[in-house]
Amino acid sequence: MTQPFRTAAGGRIDRQRPVRFSFDGRALEGCAGDTLASALLANDVHLVGRSFKYHRPRGILSAGSEEPNALVTVDRGLGRVTPNLRATQIELHEGLTAISQNRFPSLRFDLGAVAGAAAPLLPPGFVYKTFMRPASFWKRLYEPAVRHAAGLGRAPGQGDPDRYAHQYAHCDVLIIGGGAAGIAAALGASATGARVILCDEQAEFGGSLLSEPGVTIDGWAAPDWVREAIASLGDQVTLLPRTTAFGAYPGNLIGLAQRLTDHLAQPAPGMPRERLWHVRAGRVILAAGAIERPLVFPGNDRPGIMLAAAARTYLHRYGVKVGSRAVVVTADDSAYRAASDLHAAGVAVAAVVDLRPEPVGPVVEAVRALDIPIHTGMTIGGAAGRRRVDAVRLADGQTIISCDTVLMSGGWTPSVHLLAQSRGEAWLSVGACAGAFGLATCLRDGTEAGGSQPGTFAVAGLPEMTPAALPLPALPHPKAFVDFQNDVTTKDIATATGEGFVSIEHVKRYTTAGMATDQGKTSNVNAIVAVAAQIGADPAAVGTTTFRPPYTPVTFGAFAGPSRGDLFAPIRMTPIFSADAVPEDAGGWRRARCYPRNGEAIEAATARECLAVRNDVGMADASTPGKIEIAGPDAALFLNRIYTGDFNSLEPGQCRYALLLGEDGFVRDDGIVARATGDRWHVTTTTGGAAFVLHHMEDHLQTGFAGLRVWLTSVTEQWAVIAVQGPRSIEALAPFIPDIELGAMPRMSVREGHIGDIPIRLFRAGFTGETGFEINLPPDSAQQVWDTLRQRDVTPYGTDAMHVLRAEKGFVIVGQETDGTVTPDDLGLGWTIGRDKGDFVGKRSLSLPELSRADRLQLVGLLPAEAAMVPEEGAQLTEAGQGPSVGHVTSSYHSPTLGRSFALALVAGGRSRVGARLRVPMASGPVEVVVTDPVFVPRPPERPFAPTSPLPLLPAVARPAPVARAAGSVRLAALAPATLLSVRAGPGAATAIGMAIGVLLPTVPCRSVIARERAALWLGPDEWLIQAPEGSTGLEALARRAPADRPASVVDVSQGFRALELAGPRAAWCLNGFCALDLDPRAFPVGMCTRTLLGKAEVVLWRIGAEVFHIDVPRSLLPYVWACLEEARLEFADESSAETPAVG
Amino acid sequence: MLLIPCPWCGPRPEHEFRYGGAAHRAPPEDASAVDDAAWGDYLYSRDNPKGRHAERWRHLHGCGRFFNCIRDTVSDRIAGTYKPGEAPPL
Repeated sequence: MTQPFRTAAGGRIDRQRPVRFSFDGRALEGCAGDTLASALLANDVHLVGRSFKYHRPRGILSAGSEEPNALVTVDRGLGRVTPNLRATQIELHEGLTAISQNRFPSLRFDLGAVAGAAAPLLPPGFVYKTFMRPASFWKRLYEPAVRHAAGLGRAPGQGDPDRYAHQYAHCDVLIIGGGAAGIAAALGASATGARVILCDEQAEFGGSLLSEPGVTIDGWAAPDWVREAIASLGDQVTLLPRTTAFGAYPGNLIGLAQRLTDHLAQPAPGMPRERLWHVRAGRVILAAGAIERPLVFPGNDRPGIMLAAAARTYLHRYGVKVGSRAVVVTADDSAYRAASDLHAAGVAVAAVVDLRPEPVGPVVEAVRALDIPIHTGMTIGGAAGRRRVDAVRLADGQTIISCDTVLMSGGWTPSVHLLAQSRGEAWLSVGACAGAFGLATCLRDGTEAGGSQPGTFAVAGLPEMTPAALPLPALPHPKAFVDFQNDVTTKDIATATGEGFVSIEHVKRYTTAGMATDQGKTSNVNAIVAVAAQIGADPAAVGTTTFRPPYTPVTFGAFAGPSRGDLFAPIRMTPIFSADAVPEDAGGWRRARCYPRNGEAIEAATARECLAVRNDVGMADASTPGKIEIAGPDAALFLNRIYTGDFNSLEPGQCRYALLLGEDGFVRDDGIVARATGDRWHVTTTTGGAAFVLHHMEDHLQTGFAGLRVWLTSVTEQWAVIAVQGPRSIEALAPFIPDIELGAMPRMSVREGHIGDIPIRLFRAGFTGETGFEINLPPDSAQQVWDTLRQRDVTPYGTDAMHVLRAEKGFVIVGQETDGTVTPDDLGLGWTIGRDKGDFVGKRSLSLPELSRADRLQLVGLLPAEAAMVPEEGAQLTEAGQGPSVGHVTSSYHSPTLGRSFALALVAGGRSRVGARLRVPMASGPVEVVVTDPVFVPRPPERPFAPTSPLPLLPAVARPAPVARAAGSVRLAALAPATLLSVRAGPGAATAIGMAIGVLLPTVPCRSVIARERAALWLGPDEWLIQAPEGSTGLEALARRAPADRPASVVDVSQGFRALELAGPRAAWCLNGFCALDLDPRAFPVGMCTRTLLGKAEVVLWRIGAEVFHIDVPRSLLPYVWACLEEARLEFADESSAETPAVG
Repeated sequence: MLLIPCPWCGPRPEHEFRYGGAAHRAPPEDASAVDDAAWGDYLYSRDNPKGRHAERWRHLHGCGRFFNCIRDTVSDRIAGTYKPGEAPPL
């Protein structure tokens, strides 16, 4: 027998299935069903780690998640290293590699243990008090040295190759803890038909019942009753073993960490290592049980000293004897059962030491009957032994008892952690965590808490026991440990109280008691008792420290879940792709910095692109700025209030540059307001400000200016934009645009027409100061037009060139030249404010004296004295000499047109300083600059252009639809394009529109109506999405004509979305990996539709069948959403056979 | 994470919403008629109550509507939500 302390029979391990593992490189063997702790004990390994501060030898204290001592690192290969795992929770599997921690060079010979000899020199606060001066030594010398000497496991050095999943779930009842009370609660809740989740941190449900083979419930041996009870639970009960409820959050949201693969030698491919559950529970039943308290006596931390109930668990559940000769020390009846049971298993029990003066009752008598000596009114005065306890001395100072095991019990502490975190939400506690210790009581209370009649259970074989009172406090002693994991002793507590720390929260922080990874599960009550003794207070008056998540440590991987790599944040893609573009991610979009030719450097490419725009013609993908279609008879009035400009005078076909201010008068965004037709307006925003501007407008429309007949629709994704800029832009475009006379378009005008046969909205505008156009066109056609213009030698330019070109003209970028404290006048843009219009947002603030001071920061240009020197953006400006900052550089570039550097800056009283010299302090020394006007390149004269003959566009290239991974239980497909209309209307108009297009617009929130081939989805009380087959061309006009006297907005958004379908039995499950809604058919029935978030993307989710979801995704986010759904489907990817199409 | 009952869509997770500041803070009827100090107070002064707080939220990633909400700033419990113009729940 290779496992000398394995019993011959009994327990839940399988002696026929040996499992090989290693500990610190030593090959060992355990059994299937073991934990690492039970397997080590079976092999007589008791020394498993060194303590945090004194490097004292430590063993295994407990058999559960409360374990403070037996922390190990598990190495699963390929960088999969997890430190600080509790050996008591690690399920043994073939090839498990565990390594002890905090020892050097080895566990048995540890140099750091000299710290233990120096313990009197290491009182609480030692680190803070000692390593103070010089301050610079802390980071370089003291901290690394302290960290090396004191600590737990080491963080892994490599990236984590495992997958982690998140899952959103909803239930009527969440039951935390699957012991007797929790299982009874599940039985009770299951009987009511409620949706139930039952979770337990252990691999098996049953809790302490698994360690009670001699107890029967309704005639079944307790472990068998557990099996039968779990099997009888209905389909509505989700069972989550190996799942720790680690935190309770507002709104009855409970975080569960489920360990899926760590216990397996060969995890299935595609399986995440862990799953973090976000459970939204109607109510929570906490059945978390109780944790046995250690007793505090000198040397109580030596290996071989463990909790009494843990010894019973190792014996009955794992078939392991924890030693040969035991002393039991207790303040509680329950330890007597350990004495009796270990005696029966052949372990010599040398003595029972009971703190109580006169213990009585059946368990005490049973031990007496075995002729085991009982020392009453007595405790242990000290424990001896180096790497394992070898003797104890009783507190009488006389009696010395040799032993290799000490079993202790100071009574039981209910696990109220999560209840305390919940701040009084709809929670019930049952069982031991509610202070109920009788098994029949736990079972009865559990069924009642579950919602059924209190059950009656016939319990036999469990002797009657009296719960312990809090034991008397131990005296201050430098080796009487209160907190094992952080090495806090009764002497440390006395030091803290002696220095005036009497609040338990202060004592905790000063001594670090309860602050280790175990959060003081075994130590907090003993610390409270010790503090109470020192300050002469009742322990109840001392109170507890605040309970915070997590209950046990949760991996960073579980918290991060799938949000890593491409799924960390969505990158929006424009419809134009160029293989030669240098990409950059900015403002949430992937954009092109430049388009290098033949290995050009970025700077060279940018310079070439700038010159092409200034001297010839260039084009940029300008699809990312926000676009809002504004419709309704009051649109001009509304825009007058939102923007600085006066739009009453704007004729159809005209555009105007405008600033958007906050109520405080500061610039928040800018853009172009275009009146496309009579009451339809096309407004652009900055790329980064698009969502804010729409939100800001809706805010004023819904709450401030309620009653205006105006509707907003985001069309950012409906229009791709190609900016064609430069003196030759008319020549370049005219051959392709038959129906708009480009040369006749004034600056800042807009026309509707065609490029080839593609409908466009053409702006004579730009961000370069050159003659130029912005072609708004359907994204599906953007690549075709882009490729055609490239072939015609229109030079593509990227964002780097765009920045230089606009700065040369003194055009600002909101967010670069502005920082939320800049007024229109500060930017020299006071002219954008309409003179004769009424009130607008921000107007009142502009008349505040502070906002018109002459020394405000004003936008100016800077020319460095050295033409090659490009000052740093963000650098401060000073006057000659030292002096305070008088401003800062906002934009700074090399200008290929000027052949030198230039910058924009905000300078105090800047416009009055033109011509003055300032300095930019830079790392390489101060740079001299001259203040100038911010316009560096004047507007060139309009160049005449030669007439051109029409040319055809290149043929359109269809891009293939993405193809999903095969997975039978959840199928993903990209659907064919459809006609989509966004309708915004009041009730009367909505009815009329519905009649006109043949499908009524639903008035019930989040519901859809389908008629013929058309569907109307409710998205908001004045907003619907109409879906029809592709090419339903007349539909928009039909809808627009309908409410002749009741204005409304109808906007074609077909190009703005891509439709996906997710179908199959696991479709809802996969969606819930990224979507937080309750997708149970009762909560989200067929026909329900809503905007919601899928991961970090806003989508329209529509259930069109019991197992079929239709998802409309903004087209720029399709790659992200597709990747999210593929990630969720990965678990089911191996079920591809079900999907194999029939051949022929 | 809060569970916020949208007056139109029902209870939804907090991340679908965007906070909109204190509720029932109408700007002065005629801003040009108030003095600078009163305007500054309107712009920048807010109550910071411990307990019951009336605040605006918008169901940004849902129906898009602004509404009002009574939330306890200590317990994070929501006493109720109501549409603009409606009276707050008790």
